[in-house]
Amino acid sequence: MTKPSEIRVPASSIAVRRGVESRVAVVGSPNSGKSTLFNRLTGLKQRIGNYPGVTVERHIGTLSWKDRKTELIDLPGTHSLRPHSLEEQITVDVILGRLAVAAPPDGILAVLDATNLYQGLFLVQQLVELQKPMVVALTMTDAAIRSGIDIDLHALSEALGGVRVCGVIATTGAGLNELREAVTTIQDAPLPRKINVWPELEVAISGLRSATGISLSETECVRLLIDGITERNQSFSAGLDNEFIARLDALRLEFFAGQPPVAVEARIRYGWVRSVLKSVQQSAPKLYGWQSRITEFLNQPFAGTIGLFVVMAVVFQAVFAWATPLMDFIDGATATLGARVGDVLGDGAFSSLIGDGVIAGVGSVIVFLPQILILFLFIILLEDSGYLARAAYLMDRTMRSVGLSGQSIIPMISSFACAVPGIMATRVIPSRRDRIATIMAAPFMTCSARLPVYALLIAAFVPAQQVGFMNLQGLVLFGLYMFGIVMGILTALLMRKTALRGPKPPFALMLPEFRKPNLQTVFFQLLGRVKVFLYRAGTVIFSVAVIVWALSYYPRSDLIAPEVEKQRQAAAFMLSGEELAVEYARIDNVAAAAQLEQSWLGRAGKSVEPMFRPLGWDWRVSAAVIAGFPAREVVIAVLGTVYAVGDQADEGTLSTRLKASTWPDGSKVFTLPMVLGLLIFYACCLQCAATLAVIRRETNTWRWPVFAWVYMTAIGYIGAMLAFQLGSA
Amino acid sequence: MEINGYTLATLKRGQKVVIKAINATDPQVQRLMVLGLVEGAEIEHASAALGGDPIEFRLFGCGISLRQEHARHFQVAPAGAGD
Ligand SMILES: Nc1nc2c(ncn2[C@@H]2O[C@H](COP(=O)(O)OP(=O)(O)OP(=O)(O)O)[C@@H](O)[C@H]2O)c(=O)[nH]1
Repeated sequence: MTKPSEIRVPASSIAVRRGVESRVAVVGSPNSGKSTLFNRLTGLKQRIGNYPGVTVERHIGTLSWKDRKTELIDLPGTHSLRPHSLEEQITVDVILGRLAVAAPPDGILAVLDATNLYQGLFLVQQLVELQKPMVVALTMTDAAIRSGIDIDLHALSEALGGVRVCGVIATTGAGLNELREAVTTIQDAPLPRKINVWPELEVAISGLRSATGISLSETECVRLLIDGITERNQSFSAGLDNEFIARLDALRLEFFAGQPPVAVEARIRYGWVRSVLKSVQQSAPKLYGWQSRITEFLNQPFAGTIGLFVVMAVVFQAVFAWATPLMDFIDGATATLGARVGDVLGDGAFSSLIGDGVIAGVGSVIVFLPQILILFLFIILLEDSGYLARAAYLMDRTMRSVGLSGQSIIPMISSFACAVPGIMATRVIPSRRDRIATIMAAPFMTCSARLPVYALLIAAFVPAQQVGFMNLQGLVLFGLYMFGIVMGILTALLMRKTALRGPKPPFALMLPEFRKPNLQTVFFQLLGRVKVFLYRAGTVIFSVAVIVWALSYYPRSDLIAPEVEKQRQAAAFMLSGEELAVEYARIDNVAAAAQLEQSWLGRAGKSVEPMFRPLGWDWRVSAAVIAGFPAREVVIAVLGTVYAVGDQADEGTLSTRLKASTWPDGSKVFTLPMVLGLLIFYACCLQCAATLAVIRRETNTWRWPVFAWVYMTAIGYIGAMLAFQLGSA
Repeated sequence: MEINGYTLATLKRGQKVVIKAINATDPQVQRLMVLGLVEGAEIEHASAALGGDPIEFRLFGCGISLRQEHARHFQVAPAGAGD
C-alpha cells in the first residue's frame, strides 16, 4: 500500500512545463453553473480526458487573460467535502492534492449559485477552511434578481474570510472580466481569514495533530474525525498506523457523544449558513417570469405527468421521424461510394476490403449518427433546462415498483433509439447498484437497429390479417416492443434481488427551476458525447466489420471464377441487352453465394449448424446470425449474399428467397415457429459491439459486458428454442 | 422526540413549516441533512407526484424531492409559531 504522502506531485512541475502560471480547481455544488462558467472562461482551449481507473471525465482548459495563463480543472459538482459518490470523491481528492495524476491545485475557484446560497455556502465554507488562495464566482445573478433575491457582495466576502467575490452571469458573460482578472492573479491575493464555523472541532483537531504528529492536512483530519476511515477517503486514510487510529476512534467517541457525526456536522454548518444568510441576503419583490409559470403548472401532479408524456412523445417523434431522411441519405451515399470504389478498383481482394469492409463498416456506424445526435441533443436540452430531474421525480414511484428509481427512466427511454446513448445517460444515477441494473436492462429495449430485422421477418412471414382493430403484423411488432420492456424490467428486478442486492439508495433529488438552456453549454456537451460515441463505438464496429468481411471473403475458391466465366459466355451467346444484364447479375450473385458458402464464415455456419438445429436454423441462417453479432443490422446484408440476391437487395426479393428456402429433405426452413424463435432471439440477444464497448467503458470492467452478453445470448437461445420446439410439436 | 405528530410526510400543498426534530439514525436521513434539511430550516410543501409520492419541497427557494418513507423522519411545526 502506498503511503499517502508518496503520491504527491511537486506542486507546480506540470504547470510550469506548459507555460502556465498556476492551476486552479473549479469547485461547486451540482448545477451551480460550473460547466457553463468553465466553457466561458476557457473557450475551445480545453481537453477532455479520463481519470485513470474510473469513468469520470476530466476537463482541463486554459484561461488566458492579459499576459497570464491559468490552467482550470473542472471538477464534478459536490455538496460537501465528505464525498458521497465516486465523482465527488475525485473532486475531493483533486482539491486535497491526493490524486496521483494531478498536481495539487494552487488555488480554488468556488462557484456559488446566487439562487441557492443555502446549499452552496455549506460547501464554500468548507473550501474556505482549506486555507488556500480562493476566488468565489457568484453565478446566476440574473436569475436571483428575477426570483427576488438581493445579495450584498461585500457582506458575503466578509463572511467568507475576505475572499474576493465576483458576481457574474455565466450564460451571457456579464462580469467575467473581473473574474478573469481575479483568477489569473489568484496567487497574489491574501489567504482567506479563518471563519470559525466550529471552534470546538478546531480545538479537538489541533489536539489530535500535536499529540500524534500526523502529517495530514487540517481538512483531512477534520474529515477523518467526522467520517472515520471509509472507502471514500482511502486516498489519505489508507496506511495510517494503528496508534493513530486508536486515538482517532477514542476522540470520535468523546467528541460526538453517541450522536451521528454527519448529522452534527450538518446542524452546525447549516446553523452558520443561516446566520450568514441573514446578513447577506435580502428578499426583494419576486418577478414572475415564464420559468415560475411553467414550474407552477407542472407542480400539479396530473398536469405534470401528462406533460412528461408529451415531452417523451416529441422526443420519440424527433428521433424516428427527423432522422429518417438523413439516415436514408447516408445509407444511399455509402452504397454509391462502395459501388464507385468497386468500379474504380475493379475486382479483387483490395477493392472488396475497401468497398464491402471499410466503407460498409464505417457506414454502418455513421448511419446511426443522425438518431444519436438528435437523441443526445434532447437529453442534453432536458438536462440543461432542469427537466430531467423532474422527469425522474414524476416517474420515481413507477420505477420503484420494479426495483429502480426515477433516475432510470431517461436511460431506458433513450435505449429505444439506441442503447449506447441510453447507457451513457445512466451517469446521472448516483447509486452504483441502480446504475448497473439499469445498464443491464437497457439493451433489451427495442433499438432502431432491431427494427429492420423485425420489419423483414414480420413482412415476410406474419400474415397481414386483421385482429380486432389491429393488424396482426402490427400486433407482433408491438408484442416485440413489449417483450423487450418486460425482459428489461425482469432483468433489473432479478439483478437487484441477487448480484446487486443492497439498500435502497436515498432519493433526494434537487429540482432546479426551469432555465433556458445555454447554447454554448449544449454545444460543448453534444460535441463531447458524439466524440465518445464515434471513438468508442466507431473503432469497435469498424474493426469488427473488417474482421467479418475477411471471414466472409477468404479463402477464395479458384473453381468459381472459371465457372462464372463459362456461364457468362453461354449467356452472352443466348441473350442480349437488358436480359443479358439481369442474367449477369444473377450469375454474379450465385457466384458470391458460392464463395460465401466455402468462406470461413460459411464454414463456421455449417460447423455450428448442429448447435442451432434445435432452433430450426440451417447453416445460412446460422452464418448470418454469427456475422450479426458485432452489429445486428448486418444480418440483412449477409442474408442477401447467402441467398444470392446481392447485398443491396430490396426486401421483396430477399423475403421471396427466404420463403422458398428449404432443408435438403425439401421441408421449409422458415416456418412460423422458426421465425417467431428468430424474432425472440433478436429481441434478446446483445448483438452489438458498440453497446458492449460502452458498457465496458461505463462500468470500467469487462465483467459486466461479458455477463450481459452471455446472459442475453442464453435467454435468446432458450427463447428461440422454446418457440421452435413448442411451435413445431 | 415526539412533538406534535406532524412530519414532512403529513403536509399539504403550500404549507410552510420549520423542522423541529430529526430522527437521524438512518444514514439516508443523514444524507438529507447534508443537503440542508436540518433543525431550524424553513421548508414549504410545493407539490407531489401522482399518488402523493415523492413529495417536492422548497427549501430556501430551491426544489428538493423526498420520498414518503424519508419525509416521515422529520418532525415539523408551523412556521412562525413560537419555539
Ligand atoms: N440564468 C442563468 N443561468 C445559468 C447561469 N450559469 C449557468 N446557467 C444555467 O444553469 C444550468 C446548469 O449549468 P451547468 O453549467 O451545467 O451547471 P454545473 O454546475 O456544471 O452542473 P453539473 O455539471 O451538473 O454539476 C444550465 O442550464 C446553464 O445554462 C447564469 O449565470 N445565469
